[in-house]
Amino acid sequence: MSRLVRMDQTGHTTMAEWTADDPVSVEAALAAFRAELERGYYAVVSEGEGRAEQVRELPLDAPLVILRRPIAGG
Amino acid sequence: MAGAEGLPELAGVHWRPRVTGRSLARTGRLWTLSTAAQTVPFVLGAAALTALRPVLAPVSVVLLVHAWAIPELYAARGAGVVRRRGAPDHPAEPVALGLLGDLIDHRSRELHRRTGLVLERARLGVWLVGEKGALLVRAGGRRVDCYCVRVPDPELPPSDRIAHLLLALRTDESGFATVANLAFSGARWRLRRRLAPPAREALDAAAPSARTLRAPALRPGWSSHVCTQGQCAAGAGGRSSSHDPSSDILQGPAG
Repeated sequence: MSRLVRMDQTGHTTMAEWTADDPVSVEAALAAFRAELERGYYAVVSEGEGRAEQVRELPLDAPLVILRRPIAGG
Repeated sequence: MAGAEGLPELAGVHWRPRVTGRSLARTGRLWTLSTAAQTVPFVLGAAALTALRPVLAPVSVVLLVHAWAIPELYAARGAGVVRRRGAPDHPAEPVALGLLGDLIDHRSRELHRRTGLVLERARLGVWLVGEKGALLVRAGGRRVDCYCVRVPDPELPPSDRIAHLLLALRTDESGFATVANLAFSGARWRLRRRLAPPAREALDAAAPSARTLRAPALRPGWSSHVCTQGQCAAGAGGRSSSHDPSSDILQGPAG
């Protein structure tokens, strides 16, 4: 089961869960993913220390996709 | 995939040249020169006054205090970037801490529990990521760069803030350093004295890792790479998301 989580004021919120062989859950995850990107979130797949990839399409095989807010210089 | 393009936040600071190992070394040298230009006149003035009019020795002492205080104030500003600010009793902190814990290894989890900072080894050096800033301990462990960088959302729990910065750092280290604002660049010993004890512990933990980072002998035609103890990430084989071919590590003078 893959998860799409959004980091927010609640710590994090699970926006969608899907399995690649379940088209309904995939469709719901894709819709949630697009909606969050439109809200200004960036999607990232962490791959261990020193490695992460920003994605614009939902990687259906990734176990965890994290949505983050933009950062800025302080 | 946006890894090869870098952080999207770079569009907001399009006038800044991308940070590389070379530019960090150059910035470090300029920082040291600038500090020297501000302090040396006070020292020379103190010496001249005492030599010409020994009765003015108390004035010389005041000048020397100024010369001592200037770099200390800069270092204090640098130390401020990792000062803990978020409310530790934020109701969502346990949830945020769980997600952050999933992103880092056991050693970093332990260090974060004690110090509030997450240690991350990367190409430019070893990072200590806090809620509203990060320290970069450069290769060799002698020089530290202090960056102000944050998520502009005051409602986020502290560990979520760190997770945001950590993911951005992992996506594009050079872009992360470019987006962040440099608050201080100088000797590790100078910064260490100005840090709170927990952050000091984190800096001490980062230094040995930074010492294991080695700059390659740069020769024409060689792709840059950084070897760390037990592993070597070659430039040609590095991932596009975390590899910047121009980020060869060059150690600047610490001062």
